[in-house]
Amino acid sequence: MSIARLTWINVSKDLRLEWRSRDVFNSMMFFALVVVVVFSFSFEREDSRPVMGGLIWIAFLFSTTMALNQSWARELRNGVLDAYRVSPAPAEALFLGKCLGNFILVMLLECLMAPLFVVFYNLSTVGPLWQLLLVAVLGTWALVVNGTFFAAMSIRTRNRELMLPLLLLPISLPAVISMVTGTTQVLSGEGSPAVQLKFLAGFCVIFTTACFLLFDTVLNAE
Amino acid sequence: MLRGENGAGKSTLLRMIAGLNEPTEGTILIYGTPNRQALNRMGYMAHAPLLYDELSGMENLRFFAQLYGIDSDEPLAQAMQRVGLDPQLDRRLGQYSQGMRQRLSLARAIFHGPRLLLLDEPFSNVDPDSALQIAKLLADMRSSGTTILLVTHQIGLLANLADEYLMLSHGQLVDRGPMLGGSMTSGPMTKGTA
Repeated sequence: MSIARLTWINVSKDLRLEWRSRDVFNSMMFFALVVVVVFSFSFEREDSRPVMGGLIWIAFLFSTTMALNQSWARELRNGVLDAYRVSPAPAEALFLGKCLGNFILVMLLECLMAPLFVVFYNLSTVGPLWQLLLVAVLGTWALVVNGTFFAAMSIRTRNRELMLPLLLLPISLPAVISMVTGTTQVLSGEGSPAVQLKFLAGFCVIFTTACFLLFDTVLNAE
Repeated sequence: MLRGENGAGKSTLLRMIAGLNEPTEGTILIYGTPNRQALNRMGYMAHAPLLYDELSGMENLRFFAQLYGIDSDEPLAQAMQRVGLDPQLDRRLGQYSQGMRQRLSLARAIFHGPRLLLLDEPFSNVDPDSALQIAKLLADMRSSGTTILLVTHQIGLLANLADEYLMLSHGQLVDRGPMLGGSMTSGPMTKGTA
């Protein structure tokens, strides 16, 4: 069976589990909502534009971290991960499936939160909107692919809730800086995010390839 | 049948054969093939059910069947019936009793017709009637040529099933021999080789 089909089987299973439990999405949504509301009291609507790039990605970065831990914790409950490991399905299909499942959830969160950012911070784009969408898609994939990999690595450690941010944030820092800079550039119209977009695209390609190739080792490590 | 005191290494041995743990030395061959390359010929049932709480019995089996390249529901329904579960049951696994989980876990291990079946305490949490039903199922599988390596403390259930016992202690094989009438007899290793 092809890896694409097995990946889709994993994605549909993850989305079905999430639809039934909603434990990942609810916690992500609640955290992002708290960030938006709390920070809205700290900034005047007029002067929030220069810091909005950072604010938006703080909300999504930490929400994503929560989601990533939960999505792997589900695989450890009842030892289900062992059932996958004793099956002939390749580990890479599980990794890609998890990445895509988490990506869909985080993108959905971003779509739902976008109107709230507009309402609470009177936000509008000065630069082209498609560039902002591209930053969001590439930035989210960069976070999710690294996060899924490091969450799998830290899932069997005792302090996994602490371990994931410790591993993920330093590695993702270059991408986070690009995401924040690119978003601020589109929102303020000061400069073009082309360089940031190219950097994010390269980051995504390199880390997706590296994580894909190393995942089997991580999954079967003792 | 694999026997030994708690912590003897029975479950670890099963996990090593299933490819979940690496042996410290040596390689494990299943019918002449390295164990990681013989996964589709192996079924493994652990202490934990290895199933998703949020899915029904059939949905669980359907997901794992797809990993083995099986798209039909027929072998899955048969596996559920063989362990005494109704394939139409749409209750989620989280609402199953412990015994039902155990039986579904066995169905997950056998739906693809493995040639080697590794079972870790298949009778735990199962009522006596269901345990007898499972023992009969295992006897049928053995008759049809499936090799079964099983850990249990309930020797009586395997009176006419097991061919041989292996006794582990502190990670070492200390005894082995044929099972005769449900009791362990002294094998060659009790005569000085242990």
